[in-house]
Amino acid sequence: MRFLVKKLVSFIATIFIVSLLIFFIFNILPGSPAQAILGVDADEQQVKLLEEELGLNEPLHLRYIHWIIGIAQGDLGVSYKYGQPVAEVLKDRIPISFSLAVIALILTVVIGIPLGILIAKTDGKWSSIILSMITQLGISTPSFWLGFILIMVFAVKFGLFPTYGFIPWSENLGEALKSVFLPSLAIAVGNIAIVIRYLKNSILDQTKEDYVRTAIVKGLGANEIMYNHVLRNALLPVLTVLGLITADTLGGSIIIENVFALPGLGSLLVTSIESRDFPLIQSLILIISLIIILANFTVDLLYKVIDPRIRV
Amino acid sequence: MQRKSITLYIGAVLVSILFLMMIVSFFWTPYGPNEMNTKIALQAPSWTYPFGTDNFGRDIFSRILEGSKTAFLVGITSIMIALTFGFIIGGIAGYFGGIVDEVLMRIIDSILAIPGILFAIMLVSVFNTGMQNTILALGIMGIPTFARVIRSGFMQVKEFDFVKSSKVKGAGSFRIIFKHILPNIFSQIIVASTLFFSGAILAESGLSYLGLGVQPPDPSWGRMLSEAQAYMTNAPWYIGITGIFIVLLVLGFNMLGDGLRDLKEKRN
Repeated sequence: MRFLVKKLVSFIATIFIVSLLIFFIFNILPGSPAQAILGVDADEQQVKLLEEELGLNEPLHLRYIHWIIGIAQGDLGVSYKYGQPVAEVLKDRIPISFSLAVIALILTVVIGIPLGILIAKTDGKWSSIILSMITQLGISTPSFWLGFILIMVFAVKFGLFPTYGFIPWSENLGEALKSVFLPSLAIAVGNIAIVIRYLKNSILDQTKEDYVRTAIVKGLGANEIMYNHVLRNALLPVLTVLGLITADTLGGSIIIENVFALPGLGSLLVTSIESRDFPLIQSLILIISLIIILANFTVDLLYKVIDPRIRV
Repeated sequence: MQRKSITLYIGAVLVSILFLMMIVSFFWTPYGPNEMNTKIALQAPSWTYPFGTDNFGRDIFSRILEGSKTAFLVGITSIMIALTFGFIIGGIAGYFGGIVDEVLMRIIDSILAIPGILFAIMLVSVFNTGMQNTILALGIMGIPTFARVIRSGFMQVKEFDFVKSSKVKGAGSFRIIFKHILPNIFSQIIVASTLFFSGAILAESGLSYLGLGVQPPDPSWGRMLSEAQAYMTNAPWYIGITGIFIVLLVLGFNMLGDGLRDLKEKRN
């Protein structure tokens, strides 16, 4: 119980600090949003009027409070560019980014964990050098460039996937999956490399433990030891990077959506920056950050459930 | 040879080669990096144009050489910004501890929850694009990471006997920090800087690809990728070769950083 309270307090504190930081960056730094919308030629009177209309003449702390209360009620402000509520603009785009992130995370786990086990089992001098090179390469490759390569090979050359665009899930399940598969894979590759690295080191650390020696002496088979004993403990440290991986997946999707012309949150962020649509940018960044903070919080709780030894 | 030292070795070789390339580009490129000639647009790699030409007939090899300057400039200057402010924040937190440490670290950890690229995009959207603003955004992006590393270094070294004894002897904070603590956390700073360098290069190429980073006429590998995107099918070498250079530079710094860290751990 004390654990839960402590984690909850830190969760709320993190949200508070992040929201304050985002608000601060967008509202204290020089340059009036009203001026930005109207252009440099606008006269002072016009700027003043628009500022009033947008509520920019209120004191800073009130604006922050209004913003936060609004968000809690699902009111994210009004987009300058689209002239409609931010929530409305986001509605159709969230499912796209969400599909992308979920499939990327599934690929990371489904490919990363078995490969990590396999690599730990075949840990030899040369094989481990080659494999560590490959994981290093996976971590060092920009996901958006990998996206281009995947398009060139699997979409253009072999015609297995569409080159760009999104097909809604309601239209055709198979085609929808196809349209998000390559971008998800491009995001996942770097994270797969991270999972492999963590899991391999973690398994190798575990196999040095006494309980493994006991199991060997008891005459248990290698596979039984691995899957029933070692893996359960070895997966714990991997769980801690899951929060990091979620962050990376969402960060990566911002760029990848532009490569594959997917109309999700990431491509919206880029176009809203080009049109200096501050309410939209501010809300988008907050939403993406909140998802990550929530993911980290969930990972912390999961960790506690799986390993009750954890103390704060 | 040990596996660990192979990583270090390969990383050092890669970084040295690319660094040398960057130095060479100051004195020599095979053609003018901005020299246009549409008659020879989108030529495949050949002896005359080792990496081919782009849509304006510019020599891609010359442009990659020119772009290496930007990559190193962005990496090094953003490290300097991140290190300076990270040192101040991390140093204060680690040296004084207590409530100051508690508050500063809570803020730092909260910022670290935002993905680096998102944080950089947010800053650039306020600062505006261009080389200087990109460097500034990446520098600020790195502050929390460096603050963490430096704080934990301070915490460890502070407890060493020789530091305690010099405190008892009445040495001032300034003297203790620069004479005793700094030299002892130097290797940690080098490792963090090396690994941050690759992160900064990745972020810069991402920002520039999105059109939010380095702007023309400043050369950038990320921008070259966004230009190459339109010619993906008829000039695949353009996008391929440009990307490989980003990978090599990031890989070099990642391996160098990992190698140095392993070396340091072995020594301890």
